[in-house]
Amino acid sequence: MQAVTCACALLVLLPLALVFYQVLKSGIGALNWAFFTQLPKPVGEAGGGMANAIVGTIELLGLAALLGVPVGVCGGLFLSEYGYPRLNWWVRFAADVLNGVPSIIWGMVVCALVVVPMKGFSAWAGGIVLGFIMIPLIMRATEEVLRLVPHGYREAALALGIPLWRAILQIVARTALKGIVTGILLALARVAGETAPLLFTAFGNRYWNHHLSEPIAALPLQIFNYAISPYEDSHRQAWAGALVLLLMVAIINITVRALTRERPGNGGCD
Amino acid sequence: MGPMTTESPPAVAPGALWRRAASERVFKWLTLLMALSVIALIFIIGCELARGSQPALRKFGWRFLAGTDWDPVNEQFGALPFIFGTLVSSVIALVIAVPLSIGTALYLTELAPQWLRPALTLFIELLAAVPSVILGLWGIFIMVPWLREHLFSWLRGALGFVPLFQGPIYGVSMLAGGIIIAIMILPIITSVSREVLRSVPGLQREAAYALGATRWEVTRIAVLSYAKRGLFGAVILGLGRALGETMAVTMVIGNRPEIAASLFAPGYTLASVVANEFTETPPSVHLEALFEIGLVLLGITLLVNALARLLLAAFSRPALSPS
Repeated sequence: MQAVTCACALLVLLPLALVFYQVLKSGIGALNWAFFTQLPKPVGEAGGGMANAIVGTIELLGLAALLGVPVGVCGGLFLSEYGYPRLNWWVRFAADVLNGVPSIIWGMVVCALVVVPMKGFSAWAGGIVLGFIMIPLIMRATEEVLRLVPHGYREAALALGIPLWRAILQIVARTALKGIVTGILLALARVAGETAPLLFTAFGNRYWNHHLSEPIAALPLQIFNYAISPYEDSHRQAWAGALVLLLMVAIINITVRALTRERPGNGGCD
Repeated sequence: MGPMTTESPPAVAPGALWRRAASERVFKWLTLLMALSVIALIFIIGCELARGSQPALRKFGWRFLAGTDWDPVNEQFGALPFIFGTLVSSVIALVIAVPLSIGTALYLTELAPQWLRPALTLFIELLAAVPSVILGLWGIFIMVPWLREHLFSWLRGALGFVPLFQGPIYGVSMLAGGIIIAIMILPIITSVSREVLRSVPGLQREAAYALGATRWEVTRIAVLSYAKRGLFGAVILGLGRALGETMAVTMVIGNRPEIAASLFAPGYTLASVVANEFTETPPSVHLEALFEIGLVLLGITLLVNALARLLLAAFSRPALSPS
């Protein structure tokens, strides 16, 4: 039985190893300075880069954080600090169910909500869709961490005469700050690789985005478009893009490990 | 600014008290509003999809779900090939992923040496973090050619008497789609199953050992059967992911709206058809039909996810359920 389950574990890890190996092998060969500094060349021509897509992904993540972080964190504060068991159960349930909504459906909905009234694909729409996806992720993560803050902290703060809301913000939330940041980073890493919802919102752009109400390029979109294109050089660039995206996601994940490893000693996270 | 600097000294003016109560209330309502946003979002999603698909819903009725033709040029819209593709690819994925994930979770919680557990867990979480589009890229260029050259021809040779493994081999196929989905849902089923198995009380195991059970008997009787419901929840949660998985599947499943008996034939899923056709479609019956596809997909995933969450909630903390 030891052998069988161990074989299962190895089989689960096999695709990870194969994908990492291939992305590293094909990606490093294709990476060069131009990849980071140039715009894509006209379709079918060799050379060029993904500078606009890299910047675009960062812009989209920024917009998404503007929407997802305040809503998610405040919602998490409510869930953990104010006790309405039944209401909280429903909110929690809704957040978990939302986490399971396919991202392509978010894309359709935001397309109908934002793109159609604004009469065009835009960076705004892309940021909003990623922000929506982040909300339930951050809300649940924040709640989980806040629950670990010892009750004595809240009681001590209230005994000093601090209003409840300031006790929550300045004592409870600050104690758990590291854990909250961890949750936010993981949510960012998750949406950084989202492609499907961006297809009908950010849409992609072969040039620089000069205004947030215009379509914007994003790494995952560019990888997808290059992967299904017939040109050899596009495939090469798709691998390079995959390597950059994978590194971004891996760096965020590893930062998170580093953050959570050293225990703050007051139950902040882990 | 420390916690000691409060605005309310012991003797307070009535105005200050009122202000204090007001800010208290504002904060509470603000956070309540944010928390309620997730419930609002579910309604928004449902309403938008229903609104977008309203005319098509009225025009096609139930025929939409049963029709097998998808021909936008002649305005024929039947969703059955996509429903079929989504269900079959998800079932393939579950058949592959469930035994592997639960085996891995067992290894992680019961059998692996202590020093190995954190590293293994970390790697599985990393697998969960690989973006779908990267897996799709790998699928197109590495996995599909390998499947075409090796696994598929071997399968046809060995199991060719079953209709599932007959017919021409293209590489891109229902089976390739199922395999890529399996890779995507392995980490989620593994990590949720691991949580479930970890919450099985140690006393359970000790009692079984005390009765003279072998390791396998302990695992089967004391651990697995105790955790049955939670594990089922984990599997259903994986199913929810599998049904909605889009990019990687779109890249390897072949995108042909057909219902074929062979797993080597190309297929199409609900999510893929939306990904491929939604942007290029001007407002028309076609677009409404795509919205209706989205509605069907949402309906299936919401049901499956709600079921998974209820199962897991019932397993882990019965005290918090609403009844």
